[in-house]
Amino acid sequence: MNKQMSLQEMVGQLRDGMTIGIGGWGPRRKPMALIREILKSDLKDLTIVAYGGADVGMLCAAGKVRKLVFAFVSLDFIPLEPYFRAARQSGELEVMEIDEGMMLLGLRAAAWGCPFIPTKVGLGTDVIKFNPDIKVIDSPYDDKEWVAMPALKLDAALVHVDRADVRGVCQIKAPDHHMDDWFVRAAAKTYVTCEEIVEADAFAEPADARLVFWERNFTTGVALIPGGAHPSSCSPNYGFDIPHFQEYNASAKEGGFAAYFDKYIKGSSEEEYQAKVGGLDAIRKLPQPVY
Amino acid sequence: MSTPASDYSLAELMICANAQAYANDGEVLVTGIGVLQRLAASLAMLTTNPGIMMTDSEAWILSTPNPVGKRPADFVQMNENWMGFSRIFDNVWSGRRHLTGGPTQIDRFGQSNISAMGGDYQKPKVQMLGVRGFPGNSICHANSYMVPAHGKRVFIEGECDVVCTIGYNPERLPKGYSFDEIDLRCVYTNLGVFDFNGPNRQMQIVSLHPGVSVEEVIENTGFEVHVPTAIAVTAAPTEEQLAIIRQMDPHNMRSKQLKDNPPGVRA
Repeated sequence: MNKQMSLQEMVGQLRDGMTIGIGGWGPRRKPMALIREILKSDLKDLTIVAYGGADVGMLCAAGKVRKLVFAFVSLDFIPLEPYFRAARQSGELEVMEIDEGMMLLGLRAAAWGCPFIPTKVGLGTDVIKFNPDIKVIDSPYDDKEWVAMPALKLDAALVHVDRADVRGVCQIKAPDHHMDDWFVRAAAKTYVTCEEIVEADAFAEPADARLVFWERNFTTGVALIPGGAHPSSCSPNYGFDIPHFQEYNASAKEGGFAAYFDKYIKGSSEEEYQAKVGGLDAIRKLPQPVY
Repeated sequence: MSTPASDYSLAELMICANAQAYANDGEVLVTGIGVLQRLAASLAMLTTNPGIMMTDSEAWILSTPNPVGKRPADFVQMNENWMGFSRIFDNVWSGRRHLTGGPTQIDRFGQSNISAMGGDYQKPKVQMLGVRGFPGNSICHANSYMVPAHGKRVFIEGECDVVCTIGYNPERLPKGYSFDEIDLRCVYTNLGVFDFNGPNRQMQIVSLHPGVSVEEVIENTGFEVHVPTAIAVTAAPTEEQLAIIRQMDPHNMRSKQLKDNPPGVRA
């Protein structure tokens, strides 16, 4: 069994109008190489579900997002993602804005084959006022009303991990794997980029197998892309690229996304992109942030 | 043994005031979003409520709080248990948590906004973060707020442009709920300490910081504030509290949170 695919093959399986979930969180462990590949493609009219950072910002800037399901879009140390802001302020982005935990419930509902998961989260706020697709229901067991958080079914999930084998066993050694496993379980297909491809016996030790958060039958394709999270971090391997994020942020005021895209992404392979940002060795030396 | 300090900044006064929020909470997870809020939580954990739990702001609950800012290379943080983001809601939604946040708008109902302002919802004038975890926080556990610049743009006349937290608005009270279930605590600003325990849950003055007048509060609040007959002066930090704050904030990041870093007692 060999699930290895190139980035082009992975993106080649995506279609206009798909609902795509992206793992990671803000500036952490985003599958940016896959995002760059999508940016070079003709894909459009996408519904994106993510705890967003520059992944969401870039896709919005490139006009590929019809609808965004979000709780925030942030680069953390740069709190306001510039291209997401611009998209939101343009009035052209359809949104489903929900609590961070509601997104997790929606992914779980999709994973478990339930049409919704009831929660009190959202009651009394504009989450229920501005989301006509989110219903408030009665309960068969009590007299309260409950938010029926609908399943967030994904056509595809995109995630970046530390190590994977060619059968799709994927390990995340970062302090936090965030909601990646729920994105994977909510998706029809999952495309994984990884820092390292290993043999199956790499997971034999219990401490290693513990850090595998989904079974290989959820992994559709695997691509070896060391540095593939850049400019986001991939702890414990490398931190996020502060100067690069600052340049990206500044581009929104000067030059625009087209200038950033032309400089770094257009017509470049992922290897060429990494050479432009200092090379894989430099990426691997990026320090971890201190919180 | 506690010695009131005579030389302290307004930021230090606000840290000590916010730390009081957690005194009687028992063993709860405390999150202080923002430098002053985080120092307040750390101070409480090291003094009045050692049962508090705090995270390292990434993935671990700690048995002792981390100092803010850069740490020496040999620093070892004291992990207690894993608390990744997929687990955090298991604790948050249990109700055993208290958060002090820093919203951009607070209205007369105690509702708050960190999402977007102006324009309309489909096309806001100013997009900010998004609702983040505020909807869940507000209906599941105790919440306090800190506002560094008390003014009418924060304490707005109307309802929040985007209501991110449930408050005491009768039109939004969910079926089967009573307002007693919404645990909104104090608001700590650069002018004083406030809560929503006035008549009909109106925001009221709990204490004013040294040198602050009732008139100044009224002029800087876009809605009517209940003024009790007896108003306390916010307690000064003690020397012991300041020593702990310095230890937890060795780079003096607290001095960069309030405009011009004013003294605790106005000249």
